Amino acid sequence: MSLPFLIIAFVTLFAAAAAMSLRNLVHCSLAFVVAFAGLAALYLNLDAQFVGFAQILVYVGAIAILIVFAILLTRSGDTPNEAVLAPGWFYGIAVSAAVFTLLGWAVLSSSALPKEVSSAPQTTVKNIGEALMNKYVLPLEIIGLLLTAAMIGAVIIALREPGKTKMEAGELKIDKTAPPSSILHPPSSTALTGGHS
Amino acid sequence: MFEKLDQIFVTLKHLVLGYVPEALQPLVSAVLSVTLILSVFPGIFAIVTIFERKGIGRIQNRYGPNRVGIPFTNIRLCGFGQFIPDGIKSLTKEDIVPRAADRVVHFLAPIVMLIPVLLAYAVLPFGRNMTVADFDAGLLFFFAVGGAVEISVFMAGWSSRNKYSLLGAMRAIAQMVSYEIPLILSAVTVVMIVGSLKLVDIVAAQNHYTFGIAHWYVFTPWGFVGCILFFIASLAESNRSPFDLPEAESEIIAGYFTEYSGFKFALFFLGEYLGMFAIIGLGITLFLGGWTSPVSFLTWIPSYVWFVTKMIAIVFVFIWIRATLPRLRMDQLMNLAWKLMLPLALINIVVAGIWHFMGPDWQRWLVCAAIIFGAYLVLGRGLMRHQKLGKRTYRYAE
Amino acid sequence: MLGEQIIKGMAVTARNFFGSYVSKERLTTVQYPEERLVPKENTRQFPFLVYDGDDAEKGLRCVACQICEKECPPQCIYIVKSKDKKPDYKGQPQLYPLTFDIDISVCMSCSICVEVCPFESIKMDTEFELSTDDRFAGLLLHKQDLAKPNSHYHQVHAQDAKDSDAVIAGEKAKAEAKARAAAEKARAEAEAKAKAAAAAAAPAPAAPPPPAA
Repeated sequence: MSLPFLIIAFVTLFAAAAAMSLRNLVHCSLAFVVAFAGLAALYLNLDAQFVGFAQILVYVGAIAILIVFAILLTRSGDTPNEAVLAPGWFYGIAVSAAVFTLLGWAVLSSSALPKEVSSAPQTTVKNIGEALMNKYVLPLEIIGLLLTAAMIGAVIIALREPGKTKMEAGELKIDKTAPPSSILHPPSSTALTGGHS
Repeated sequence: MFEKLDQIFVTLKHLVLGYVPEALQPLVSAVLSVTLILSVFPGIFAIVTIFERKGIGRIQNRYGPNRVGIPFTNIRLCGFGQFIPDGIKSLTKEDIVPRAADRVVHFLAPIVMLIPVLLAYAVLPFGRNMTVADFDAGLLFFFAVGGAVEISVFMAGWSSRNKYSLLGAMRAIAQMVSYEIPLILSAVTVVMIVGSLKLVDIVAAQNHYTFGIAHWYVFTPWGFVGCILFFIASLAESNRSPFDLPEAESEIIAGYFTEYSGFKFALFFLGEYLGMFAIIGLGITLFLGGWTSPVSFLTWIPSYVWFVTKMIAIVFVFIWIRATLPRLRMDQLMNLAWKLMLPLALINIVVAGIWHFMGPDWQRWLVCAAIIFGAYLVLGRGLMRHQKLGKRTYRYAE
Repeated sequence: MLGEQIIKGMAVTARNFFGSYVSKERLTTVQYPEERLVPKENTRQFPFLVYDGDDAEKGLRCVACQICEKECPPQCIYIVKSKDKKPDYKGQPQLYPLTFDIDISVCMSCSICVEVCPFESIKMDTEFELSTDDRFAGLLLHKQDLAKPNSHYHQVHAQDAKDSDAVIAGEKAKAEAKARAAAEKARAEAEAKAKAAAAAAAPAPAAPPPPAA
């Protein structure tokens, strides 16, 4: 356990805890981004460059943005007032701790686990590329096909059917009485209005 | 002698490291490299802001800034001292945080913007033996940290609690996500041909000469298309005109940094320009031979001089484009990315494959050029087909 | 083909860029402190007081009639009349302004004062570089700042100055003619009186001669 590892681990765990316990959802997602970056740093600390950079590229660059957009577009900006912990938090923790203990015991006592720790293989980007293109080319192609199918499906769902008007297609339901959607005012409006009084 | 000049920074660094105890050497080495980057590129930024203002002025038949030279003297230097008062001004201005803003996130956003941008410089080969961190997956590193900029844009836009900021941030993120795809796909061709993600290898692969002309990838059909796609996408990534929707001042004031003032604004400004330089540096490395000279009889000029010269030249082209083209509309922006650049980048990857497997014959030039040109014609016609002016329909206002 | 027009546009901007270095007439900017445009004949900034001759005190045309002070819409003129009199250009004893202040931070350059002045003494100047670091005292112009010679007026508004001179010359000529006529009349009357006195050995005292004016 080197010092860099300790620092990174602390930051990651702290960010993960913050992501769980902060009230404002956007703050949670930003803390989540820090946790992702900490994981990437852990990978880099283990000399796994490719995985580390891919972690940043995919999680920090894409997934985090997706989460943030989802929060902005679906939630109202108000910070919930109820407690962070659900009423039955004690039982939840007890159950999860029990599951963790069971799994840990099962894994550690398993005979499938190699007894001695082998030295880390020297993986370069070239190795990974060759493995992907030779040994694992079929899974790679299948994943590619799957993702393409998913994307085409998404496009078709998003496509407006010709002939149907927007109202019929249910794309747009205008409620004249409802206040405007809070997309443009994501954070709590209490601070805005409360500040002026 | 010229070789010594070429390696002067490397030699100097080794000289300094010789006086440092063994244990501290990695740290001192890193600090020295970072200091050099932190002093050179903001300096270039300062000069480029003047170039930009003067260049756009000349294009619009104005003089541009030509007053401020060396302070406390009458020497004007054609206005190239303008950045000094600009910097002092931004340092001494009041730092305003909106009362309703999310203070912590508002404070962190410019810092989070600058960190990935500066990190991106770590892998760029500025000259022969001049790379701070020569990662195996250098290209991936660059794109990974480049993707992290989006988070800072979101933080700035959201925390300001201002509709213009949030709109700007939304636009910026949509644009960055869309244009990251052609950016990366156009870079993939080079990776395919070189067979490495290491930027030093990519430069080394272009450092050959035939008839005195360098083997830059921009001189091949796929490289030419890749280069143009890359630089168009990098224009969009760095939010520069004509892709400056995220900070369209006529529509949304200044986009995601509307609520920033003083030094935080300057940090955003700096981050934006440094990001542009970094992405231009990557484009140079991938397609324009990095630090190599274009013709063999000019190889005596130091490598870092070539790098900076190429970078400034591309910045000039960016300024030229900024002064020429009006801002795109949102649908035009998306159409360009998804209907022209993405298919063209994909076709370009196929063409690069064909290029690789056809061997060093002259026919491959013909075949590759024909495929690309045909694709461009067809895609271009498809993009222009719907460009008839007519009654405007509003999606959400019927 | 897609992109053709972009190339054309880039060519236009490039031509402008290089053209601005080659031909001077592309650059319409006048670099002000070094280069200046010749002021237009109708340029008007703030009023000044005209004086004739070399001495500002003696030749000041203003007679402190206070018409301009009363007419000034923003009331930026402040005049204190003198107690004594001094002869004006016609030789008539007239009052003169002890104080004549114009607050040009208030003045709106309407030139009503110029129009109402019956003595051709207040005119509009073309001086515009009046910035100062003292916004109260620096912008309050006193008599000695406002008084400028007739030659200055000729310099800034040649035609108007000529017209103004003509008016003054006319007035002067009229006054002189009147004075001459009066003198003539007085002389004639005196002669007539003398004649009458001669004719009537003991005439009654005649009515006093009419005033000269």
